[in-house]
Amino acid sequence: MPDTTHGSHPAPDPNAEHGSIFDGLLGSDASQWAFGTDFEDPLAGVDTTIPDGVAPADLAAYCLMLADDALVASHRLSEWCSRAPDLEEDIALANIALDLLGQARLLLARAAAADPAVTPALPEGSPVPPEDALAFFREQEAFRNVRLVEVPNGDFAHTVVRLLLFATARLALLERLAHSRDHVLAAVAAKGVKEVTYHRDYAGRWFLTLARGTEESRRRLLAALQELWPLYPEMTATHDVEARVAAAGVGVDPATAADEVDVVLEQVFAMSGVERPQGAPLAGVRGRTGRDGLHTEALSRMLAEMQVVARAHPLGRW
Amino acid sequence: MTDEQPSVRAEWPLYEVFVRGKRGLNHVHVGSLHAADDQMAVRHARDVYTRRNEGVSIWVVRADLITASSPDEKDPLFAPSGDKVYRHPTFYAIPADVPHM
Repeated sequence: MPDTTHGSHPAPDPNAEHGSIFDGLLGSDASQWAFGTDFEDPLAGVDTTIPDGVAPADLAAYCLMLADDALVASHRLSEWCSRAPDLEEDIALANIALDLLGQARLLLARAAAADPAVTPALPEGSPVPPEDALAFFREQEAFRNVRLVEVPNGDFAHTVVRLLLFATARLALLERLAHSRDHVLAAVAAKGVKEVTYHRDYAGRWFLTLARGTEESRRRLLAALQELWPLYPEMTATHDVEARVAAAGVGVDPATAADEVDVVLEQVFAMSGVERPQGAPLAGVRGRTGRDGLHTEALSRMLAEMQVVARAHPLGRW
Repeated sequence: MTDEQPSVRAEWPLYEVFVRGKRGLNHVHVGSLHAADDQMAVRHARDVYTRRNEGVSIWVVRADLITASSPDEKDPLFAPSGDKVYRHPTFYAIPADVPHM
């Protein structure tokens, strides 16, 4: 039968004998290197004006909290690159890291737009965009992520537990944030809900698998849960900034999602035959925690590695 | 030592992956991967083979469940259709607006 379905494609793969899944996906521009097309700009057509009734400094600080959680979690996940238990998990973890990096980028840009004062000063003529300046030129005290995402990686079980706790809490948050009066935050949240739903599913399945797997996998999972549990309450604690932006209808008070997050975790624990851990929350210092810029020493080492190249070339073009 | 038993090593089974592209009409074989079970195979396929926006649907099947024709049978199976040009509907004019022929 004449193959008219492939005849009209502008850029068929010359190496494919029988046509491939990538045929026709290049669109009319054969010089384009990516296979996928129809990429969507999550902010296309979104009203970017800063909503009234919220202090710009508060909105910026709130965006930094959401952004830094994603940025630091993303970096820890990306440290698995080439080190994961197998190729498939390596790519899965990298995908999740990239999802979170994309969220961080949009949120950092929003923080800079809300209050340019949060962006570190760079030398005259630096081409570094505000979101990169925030990622690579801030000191650790200016990072507002929870400490859960910054502690160093352990084994694979450690990453599974951390991702489960993080994604469960973040998903509940983003679902509520999708109704924000700030149209940019609402759009970023709506995009993030689909991504983090998959992250939670990924982590939940692995949690169950490791818990019900071998004696060794269960031992490692329980050890990771014991270690990370004291850091979990920070995810659902309310910071003053969060309370204010929530009152303004722009942000979400994470405490309002705490019960829902707990129910989800309880379900995963019950299915996995794991008892809810008992450890007390990791104390802050004079009431200050990650959201206030109070971090563990692990963050400064992580940032040193993450920021060193950008800082060495503030005028560099990438 | 020849009498030593190899240590038990659980290897995940191989799966073949089929993806239907956004503008594709049918699922197309794109590759293979290892997974512990069917559901994990779907998720691995999503992570490995659709991360550049390639697909809207995934099929996975364990490679050992596929029955394939043997290269030895190539002649009896496929050569006989080589000279039956009348089996192609080339003697009809296909209207321009009939797709997917």
